[in-house]
Amino acid sequence: MMGRADETWPGSNKDGETPMKDMRSRASLSPVSSAGGSASSTSVSPDSVSPGPVPAGPETPGSESPATAADGGGAGKGADGGPLPVIDFGKFKPTRSSLRARKRKNLIMTALIVLSFLVALIPLVSVLWVSLVNGVERLNLDFLTHNMSGVVGGNPTATGGYGGILHAIIGTLEVTLGAMVISIPIGVMCAVYLVEYSHGGRLARAISLLVDVMSGIPSIVAGLFAFSMFATLVGPGTVNGFSGSVALSLLMIPTVVKTSEDMLAVVPNDLREAAYALGVTQQRTITRIVLRTALPGIVSGTILAIARVIGETAPLLIASGFIATTNPNLFSGRMTTLPVYVYNEYSEGLAVCGPGAASGCLTDIRMQRAWAAALVLILIVLLLNLLGRLISRIFSVQEAK
Amino acid sequence: MADVDQAMKEAAMAKEAGAGRRTPDRDPAGQAQGGTHSGARADRIFRFCARGAGILILLALAAVTLFLILKAFPAFIGDGGQRSKAIESLSGGRASGFWQYVGPLVFGTVLIAGLALLMAFPVAVGIALFISHYAPARLSTALSYVVDLLAAIPSVVYGLWGALVLVPHITGFWGWVARHLGWIPLFAGPAAAPARSVATVALVLAVMILPIITSVTRDIFLQAPRLQQEAALALGATKWEMIRLAVLPFGRSGIISASMLGLGRALGETMAVLMILSPGFSYALRLLRPSTSQTIAANIASQFPEADSTGVALLVATGLVLFIITFLVNYMARRITTKAGA
Amino acid sequence: MHSHVFGRSLALFLSMGLVVGPAACGDNTLPSKGGVGGGDQSLSGEFAGSGASSQQSANEAWIAGFRQDHPQTRISYDPSGSGAGVNAFLNGSTIWAGSDAPLSKSQVKQSEAICQGGTAFDLPVYATPIAVAYNLGDAGLNGPDHHLKMEPSTIARIFSGRITNWNDPELARLNPGVTLPDLHITVVHRSDKSGTTKSFVSYLHDAAGSAWPYPVGENWPNDLGQSAKGTAGVVMTMTQAQGTIGYADAAQTTSLGSVAVRVGTKWTPPSAKAAARVLESARRDPEAREPRRVVLDIDHTTGQPGAYPVMLVSYDVACSVYRHDQDRSRARFAKAWLTYVVSAEGQRQAAANAGSAELSEAVRAMVMASVETIEVD
Repeated sequence: MMGRADETWPGSNKDGETPMKDMRSRASLSPVSSAGGSASSTSVSPDSVSPGPVPAGPETPGSESPATAADGGGAGKGADGGPLPVIDFGKFKPTRSSLRARKRKNLIMTALIVLSFLVALIPLVSVLWVSLVNGVERLNLDFLTHNMSGVVGGNPTATGGYGGILHAIIGTLEVTLGAMVISIPIGVMCAVYLVEYSHGGRLARAISLLVDVMSGIPSIVAGLFAFSMFATLVGPGTVNGFSGSVALSLLMIPTVVKTSEDMLAVVPNDLREAAYALGVTQQRTITRIVLRTALPGIVSGTILAIARVIGETAPLLIASGFIATTNPNLFSGRMTTLPVYVYNEYSEGLAVCGPGAASGCLTDIRMQRAWAAALVLILIVLLLNLLGRLISRIFSVQEAK
Repeated sequence: MADVDQAMKEAAMAKEAGAGRRTPDRDPAGQAQGGTHSGARADRIFRFCARGAGILILLALAAVTLFLILKAFPAFIGDGGQRSKAIESLSGGRASGFWQYVGPLVFGTVLIAGLALLMAFPVAVGIALFISHYAPARLSTALSYVVDLLAAIPSVVYGLWGALVLVPHITGFWGWVARHLGWIPLFAGPAAAPARSVATVALVLAVMILPIITSVTRDIFLQAPRLQQEAALALGATKWEMIRLAVLPFGRSGIISASMLGLGRALGETMAVLMILSPGFSYALRLLRPSTSQTIAANIASQFPEADSTGVALLVATGLVLFIITFLVNYMARRITTKAGA
Repeated sequence: MHSHVFGRSLALFLSMGLVVGPAACGDNTLPSKGGVGGGDQSLSGEFAGSGASSQQSANEAWIAGFRQDHPQTRISYDPSGSGAGVNAFLNGSTIWAGSDAPLSKSQVKQSEAICQGGTAFDLPVYATPIAVAYNLGDAGLNGPDHHLKMEPSTIARIFSGRITNWNDPELARLNPGVTLPDLHITVVHRSDKSGTTKSFVSYLHDAAGSAWPYPVGENWPNDLGQSAKGTAGVVMTMTQAQGTIGYADAAQTTSLGSVAVRVGTKWTPPSAKAAARVLESARRDPEAREPRRVVLDIDHTTGQPGAYPVMLVSYDVACSVYRHDQDRSRARFAKAWLTYVVSAEGQRQAAANAGSAELSEAVRAMVMASVETIEVD
């Protein structure tokens, strides 16, 4: 269906004027040519413009021409000035049966579209609900303030808890902070280069191509890369938190570059020109004016990028390892992170409550801990998401003022 | 949302208005500041840093390739006997050469990711249309958040959910499919019980890539030229016809590149596959049977812990193959968008 | 205004770091034997080991027990897997490795680099029965009191796909009085390389004779039924469907039924005691000739009454002299640690918390002879 519409795209159409003219001329043909014209206008859904389709064409452009609409739309990157589809209105010559068929088809498609949304809600609700129900059981202050040292099987600890995730939370924060420290400066500066310095040169095109490609690096490959790099540069078998940071930063950089690039591109040019006119150097213009204006957008984009990598498991399994105790040092020794903790608890299976076990020994304690840690992980990611949205919301409100 | 659109329009207009805006900037500006050397130097340093960051990204990708090749080297060069012994040990005696080993893995990876895309694609486009054209404005922002929530759930949680909740619940359904559609070779039974089959994994991956495809296509649908949509409606097109004529063709290249992004994501997904799939080692196209396929990523995570040094080299080599596949997919996605945009 | 937003979010992150910073510990307090200042204070510092995930539960118990006597130590164990554990040990990044497989010749050779001219040695520290477990809950055959009887060759035929239904005449003949359901048998095996698979396959290889057509290896040799990652994955798969049969650490299969295998003229279900009985008669593997190595050769065809021969023996790998160990703290730790692990108390702790079989006196004596050679001064 899309293919057919595509064929009618005029290749040489540049300014967007032609399709409108074309549309108008064809439009004037069809409703007049048959008595069904009025019928077709009654079938128009209520949110359409005016009953008279013909005069609506030339009047509406007023404030914005179709060219700017398409240009502003952009269709992702590089789609600027793309050809607009020409509507083949000849098809709409209505007959009674075709009208009914069209309405039926419209109804079916509407139903399908609404249905697709409901279908997508099922897994989301299910995942959140299951994590909540299973996770809440073990989620308490003791769980959040202790690590797993001295926890033996399903036996309770001295404080009455069953071990906790403090070490994993610290590990996750440190590893992610490390990834931020690496990827944010590189990502933002790269975006600055792409938007402010490169004049669409070959290097810039290569960089933006490779950033796109980089955004598709599988996380486990990033983990293997960090593992291989540290094995080669530091020494074989080097496993530490920072190695995980390197792996995560590889996954984070493309997102940071892309959001920063978008945010820098929407900074109004007047600001730059005003600064240049006042004799401000380009460096100061960028750091003091452009970056500052785009900052909230960049921050919110970065937070979303963090939310994405904070839940990564596979690379950290390889690069950062697992221990039961708190390791505050990012650069030495293994470091447990929350996702790895969840996976490890899951894969350990049942605890043994033998004859010598304390009363209150739980055999399924590991699954409970896994769900509780998963719930904490989801909450952290959701909080970060909300924070990112909040910042971008504050940003838009200020723009509106 | 509206503000961003506004700003984007402004930027686009400015681009049109002053195509040469960047030319009159640097040098006159530097001089006008009274020839302060420090300003000019800071300018140069900053420029150098920005350029350096860009180049660093190229270097990072080169480093990924380099270190993977370096670590995978022993898998290709070295004692042939030891190599084939390592492969036999990793594959349980099913393969003795590298390509013989990696072949079924590539097949499994592409099969599962492709299936996931096939399932996610129509739903994602549907949701995107629902948000952009059907839902009331206020609801649609809320729905966008909901879709982004799906993207925010970590894969290990999807793995837990898939293995402990979805698998027991979907076993009966796949059994029903195998009984009634079993005459199609693809769905030939007996269906796996529990349903830790390719079909279930692809379903979970579809849920995982759904938000990625949705958010990109949604943005593109929102940018489809309003005027043409209104013109279509004004001419009596039904809503669906309007979408088919004025929205879908506009978003075509975007939809394709979005699905390529989703495909890239599905190709590299590890934890969910590792925790749900009952892996096998064959070229069989039997979606409901267990033990037919395995993906490269899950295979690495599964075999890495017990691999000796030659084994690690082999697994890194399979990681390199995965890297090349995702590289190609993303490169193709990029080519499609730029071609359509040019 | 804008910088405020950024500043605030930065402050938030930093404050998160500060809150966490001083509290960075969270260790659970251990009941110390001698109160404050009790125990052996001479050993202190951080010591890391890594390796087999099968040993993780036992290691939890050992670390807790060891720290009661040596409160100044901090010990970590990363259950990264035998292969990764031995690799880390051979790189010198850990003091000991847990491994489900004995060292290979080349690994022993490689260890000269980190063992200061000597070679590394492996000592059995942990043995656990592997249950051949099944899920026939709907037929009422699950639970610790129900054991289907099978010959080694029957197990081999099931796991090689030649017996495919639970009401097979061979199973019915071996289990008179049990109503077996008409149900397809789904074999569940490990998908990852593992010591458990190797132990199970070597049992079939030795005990089932020609009924088992595959060679011994750490990866499962066929594509039959389903496979899953790790013991937990196998047990989960078995619990999720009726008619499944698989092999896993006996401590993990308590909710399923387990097979009583034929040993001599008796049928023996899996238990730590029965496995310990096989260990009593275990001999040293003559292949592992290097000094100090103790590799056990399990007699899978034993006819000893009450013995259960399907078991995993897991090893700890250590050096007698460590490189870069001027004050001998690594060697002293390794000696103290291994002494505790193979002590009667250590073995008892592992049995209680991981369901393992305690090593016999004879084996412990062999192991201690090697531990004594670690040079601490």
